[in-house]
Amino acid sequence: MKILTPFKSVPENYGQPGATSSGGRRVINPFDQIAIEEALRLRERGVASEIVAVTVGPDSADEEIRAAYAMGCDRAIRIDDERSLDPHAVARLLLAVVRAEAPELVLMGKQAVDDDASQVGPMLAGLLGWPQATFVSRLEPADDRRSATCTRETDGGLEVITVQLPAVVTTDLRLNEPRYVSLPGLIKARRKPIELKTLAELASNAQPLTAILRVAAPPKRSGGVSVESVAELVHKLKHEAKVI
Amino acid sequence: MSDAEFPILVVIENDQQHAKPASLRAISAARQLGDSYSLLCLGRGIETVVAGVSDLGAARIYVADHEALADPLADRYAKVVVDVAAQDGSRTILAAGSTFSRDLLPRVAALIDAPMLSDVTHIESTPDQTIYQRPVNAGSEVATVTLESPRRVLTIRAGAFELPQRTDERSPRQSVAVSRDALPNGMQFVSREQRQSQRPELSEARVVVAGGRPIKDREAFEQLVGRLADTLGGAVGATRALVDAGVVPNDWQIGQTGKVLSPELYIGIGISGAVQHLAGIMDARVIVAINKDPTAPIMKMASYALTGDLFELVPQLIQALQRGDEPGR
Repeated sequence: MKILTPFKSVPENYGQPGATSSGGRRVINPFDQIAIEEALRLRERGVASEIVAVTVGPDSADEEIRAAYAMGCDRAIRIDDERSLDPHAVARLLLAVVRAEAPELVLMGKQAVDDDASQVGPMLAGLLGWPQATFVSRLEPADDRRSATCTRETDGGLEVITVQLPAVVTTDLRLNEPRYVSLPGLIKARRKPIELKTLAELASNAQPLTAILRVAAPPKRSGGVSVESVAELVHKLKHEAKVI
Repeated sequence: MSDAEFPILVVIENDQQHAKPASLRAISAARQLGDSYSLLCLGRGIETVVAGVSDLGAARIYVADHEALADPLADRYAKVVVDVAAQDGSRTILAAGSTFSRDLLPRVAALIDAPMLSDVTHIESTPDQTIYQRPVNAGSEVATVTLESPRRVLTIRAGAFELPQRTDERSPRQSVAVSRDALPNGMQFVSREQRQSQRPELSEARVVVAGGRPIKDREAFEQLVGRLADTLGGAVGATRALVDAGVVPNDWQIGQTGKVLSPELYIGIGISGAVQHLAGIMDARVIVAINKDPTAPIMKMASYALTGDLFELVPQLIQALQRGDEPGR
């Protein structure tokens, strides 16, 4: 089984104010690391035969591609695109790669921790007309490799579905714990080839349709009022906040 | 014709009995986007769901009630949503943010070639354009964006929108013809974990009590977090640390990668306030933090911060609430 693992490069200090525009060190989106780890485990079990990592971005993203190689991916593709993209455009770029690579499984994170959109996986599945399993915490391909049983983490608890392959599966936090990338592994990864794809080569007319006017700090919550005792807390909740 | 004149379609998430309250708030967002909106209810045996949303001012309620829709499988549900949107002429498809809509709506967006925005918290319409705000980067930043497309798919943060007013009028309902043979069949439902809890669902509760790392096992969690929640008729939640430690189930996790809440009252017990956790409680009206470290991040943003040993303070709080009085202040 061939697995395609698309990943996004995100700021290493994600979650911190200003991270999305900080221009500092970047890492593979943590949920995408989980997807790559799962692909590696499927290969170690003899289920997967080839793992192809793919990302979209300028040449600075080659660092994260090295990290994907160091984890153990067999091949890596970078779609060379310097534009600021939205999920709509990224899903269409990945569509072109999926058509060219014809994997049996696309495995990727449920969301990127910088923009928290959580869209590309199911968008890609929709464009392909493939089944999808999102927020997956357990993935079990059938012996005949024609389907996979997936446990999904939903708001209401765990749900189990089966999807026919090929399919798109997005990974939740507890599918696995990604392996540590060793320094020798990273050094070895420097010699691995990165396959560059231009938009012309992909024959893709993917256009972002989201224009970002600004990114700013959220309004501050007024808070930090100390109470001295349980009695004072109860009194304030009753008479000041009027919430109990 | 401006965008406001095209009908809007709101997908109503339901549990076959009732519409999710968050879905009703999506109707308030629809009202900000245009003059006319329709609702779409999907499921099997959803008569009471439809009845419950019939007085919310919708131009029409589309009812897709069919055996093949008993469970929310994205491939079939997306097909029905897209078919109804085409029939309705709607260019905007809207729902409340949840695992249901984050599974379904991006697929719908792909099928109708529309861009999508997740977790919209603010909508500002001018004659020329619509401007949206949504939190990014675990809520540490807010992006202000526009969409360059006549079609759009949106999910909204329920806590950012009010419940809509009920009206005296009844919306007309229209059955959606569903044929199993016309639906995709690549996804099959197997099973769902049955909930045992008598407590309200975390994402919809008026009061949420959450616990963090100092609570070492399930027994201590129930003694402190569980009992306090029960005293207040609330739901229980936890930090990622407690879920990772196996103390509580995964779907109790609050935060960027778990549940985003907007309760009236949130009480955090032994929670320091990692940014990823705070992302899930920013919309709470009142935040109470009980922690031994007065400098913890959550203590600086809490409406009320109580410093001390949670193993002493929480039982005292439970007792005070159960007595219903205010002992010697």
